[in-house]
Amino acid sequence: MKFSIYRYNPETDSKPRMQDYELPDDCGAIMLLDALLLLKQQDDSLSFRRSCREGVCGSDGMNINGRNGLACILQLDTLKQPITLRPLPGLPVIRDLIVDLTQFYNQYRTVKPWLINKDPEPEIERLQSPEERARLDGLYECVLCACCTTACPSFWWNPDRFLGPAALLQANRFLNDSRDQATGERLDDLDDPFRLFRCHTIMNCTDVCPKGLNPAKAIGHIRQLLLKRVL
Amino acid sequence: MSIARRKFDCLVIGAGGGGLRAALQLAEGEAHVAVVSKVFPTRSHTVAAQGGMNAALGNVLPDNWHWHMYDTIKGSDFLADQDAVEYMCRAAPRLVIELEHYGVPFTRLDNGRIYQRQFGGQSQNFGGAQAARTCPAADRTGHAILHTLYQQNIKARTHFFDEFFAIDLLRDADGYVLGALVLEIETGEPLVIEAKTTLIATGGAARMYRTSTNAMINTGDGMAMALRAGIPLQDMEFMQFHPTGIAGFGMLITEAARGEGGYLLNSQGERFMERYAPNAKDLASRDVVARAIEVEVREGRGCGPNKDYIHLKIDHLGAELIKSKLPGIRELSMRFAHVDPIEAPMPVYPTAHYTMGGIPTNRFGQVVAPVQTGPEEPVPGLYAVGECACVSIHGANRLGGNSLLDIVVFGRAAGNHILEYLKDSRYHRTLTETSIEPALQHLLRWDAKGDGESADKLAEELRRTMEQHCGVFRTQEILDQGVAKVLKLRERLQNARLRDHSKVFNTARIEAFETENLMEVALATVVSAAARHESRGAHSRVDYPERDDLQWLKHTLYSRDAQRLDYKPVRMKPLTVDSFPPKKRVY
Repeated sequence: MKFSIYRYNPETDSKPRMQDYELPDDCGAIMLLDALLLLKQQDDSLSFRRSCREGVCGSDGMNINGRNGLACILQLDTLKQPITLRPLPGLPVIRDLIVDLTQFYNQYRTVKPWLINKDPEPEIERLQSPEERARLDGLYECVLCACCTTACPSFWWNPDRFLGPAALLQANRFLNDSRDQATGERLDDLDDPFRLFRCHTIMNCTDVCPKGLNPAKAIGHIRQLLLKRVL
Repeated sequence: MSIARRKFDCLVIGAGGGGLRAALQLAEGEAHVAVVSKVFPTRSHTVAAQGGMNAALGNVLPDNWHWHMYDTIKGSDFLADQDAVEYMCRAAPRLVIELEHYGVPFTRLDNGRIYQRQFGGQSQNFGGAQAARTCPAADRTGHAILHTLYQQNIKARTHFFDEFFAIDLLRDADGYVLGALVLEIETGEPLVIEAKTTLIATGGAARMYRTSTNAMINTGDGMAMALRAGIPLQDMEFMQFHPTGIAGFGMLITEAARGEGGYLLNSQGERFMERYAPNAKDLASRDVVARAIEVEVREGRGCGPNKDYIHLKIDHLGAELIKSKLPGIRELSMRFAHVDPIEAPMPVYPTAHYTMGGIPTNRFGQVVAPVQTGPEEPVPGLYAVGECACVSIHGANRLGGNSLLDIVVFGRAAGNHILEYLKDSRYHRTLTETSIEPALQHLLRWDAKGDGESADKLAEELRRTMEQHCGVFRTQEILDQGVAKVLKLRERLQNARLRDHSKVFNTARIEAFETENLMEVALATVVSAAARHESRGAHSRVDYPERDDLQWLKHTLYSRDAQRLDYKPVRMKPLTVDSFPPKKRVY
């Protein structure tokens, strides 16, 4: 198995380079993350984030043969060799496959990703029908891996002003929640030529989401809500 | 060497559910709180909890907290402290409702209330019919709760130190804990965080086993820090093996698969749990089911070409139920086992899952330890909650659905107690260089250059050793060999060296620290296990097959110093109700 991996250590490298690695075909690795862990045994300077190794923590987002994905749930035998690994595009690289996600997290925080309800709290749960609850499916499962946002050209050009698909998916999660009472306030914040409307429906986000979510549809839904408001 | 310092009222180490729930209580209580986490908070392992959180809401079947208390104590094989269990079970309904108000997307019933599913070890009326007590968000409950708690903390403007690794606690000559020395992973620079109170919420250590449901970050860092600070670990011999990890991989298949109506089959197509637990069958306690699976495989009734796993069948539940209530484990099964559970049974096998033992605390989250040979007393300024702590509410075996409950209940309780403590402690105590020095020496450990084994290789040997010598079934001979092997590995680790000595985001260095921590905690586990000459809950001794309440109804305390063992009594007296005395435990 052949790999070509982006290497950059700011302490020693003036610029990034691609380094070749090899593993025997019978090394036992099944997922891409397994292979990376074996390569790290060969070369402990090779750096990447990882944790749950089952696709729920969102740590190991990277660009794999030109496409963003999570290394722990991508099966090696589906990947064309040499398997080319680069950091998620569009964000500053800290080292090797590790990017600085500060901007990504800031955009997430910007959408006030928490439930806003100003009524006195009832002694029991706030009631929600199964149908109302179902409108959160496909939204609450986001693992914040940043694969979608860093696959979006609109985010590459305006990472400080365009919220990006992951943050917009979160915004829609709260707009869709029957318990949330801040729809107007949320829509006011989103109604902006950059924050929302830099999305040009390129659809890379939905194409790459490792959890099978559809941020493009969520963005479409926010647009609809805004449109309904002016009609 | 001059090290940057920051000062807070409270330092929380770990950003899983326990740490975040405590931090929220503190931030809302106007305390100045810092959360240090080696990963971005939503990457913490709470995210992987699946099935749900127990609370006697009675939304589906009749229920009350007292029945929940009984089940928890019986599940613990009577090793749980009954005051803490009463406290937890009473608080549970209110805290689930609170999470709902925070925004957790719980699964709903037609009447709009929270759906509750059946889980193992639950009963109505003190051992009667099956109860339905577990509140889920599909099978992604941990994810839903962790993200919600993080969101509430952003709202409350908690200070986060994301991707900072805690090296050691800082303690003064009077025994007060005054914060921690931490390492900023991105820059490789140390930082002293001074705090009037420090709360450890660093999770479990099941990564000491080769096959585990745990994330790679679950290396027992906080437990090892406590050991190095002279604090013992309690009941470490009780490691839960979850009956249904994906065979060969270890990823968790939630107990909810059986709670929703799935069951286990051996190679003869037999529902073998009927033989081991005639009443509860597949919903017996986890220790019971894990042992049954191991016995089936050992006796040649395993499935597959190598007869080394068991089938978990849920296809009869129908595609609609599986897609709405168990979508996450379907995804895992398809991805790792290449089995769509809508069509075929999933291959499963017991897998290291949960550390029942940990840093001894009382029900306020205060860390308690004996002072020399005297009775136990709170360690001033130090708290612990969640899987790294041992209150003890799980005793010798935790019930499914009680861990998410544990972190929320005791995260909140610790937060409240810290707020009280802060009222009486208005000023920081003086932190001298002498108190920082030992931590600093530890930090420099991996800067040593030269030839030596890699820490990573030793970690792998450790995981194999623990699997072979401290698994589901244990004997004196195998455990004693295990102790000797882990001691040897720990010695070899002292001569291990890193090849990469760079500063910026050096993950090899972090992993080496983690291996050190795992080694300490593994040693505590196997030493405690070798000394306990009885079978109780998850600790199954082939050579001592019976529970022995006369000699062993007591908590183990392991100290790092010469691997000394002490014991302390179980608190049998609840807060208000009658005690549940030990009796034979059948399901």
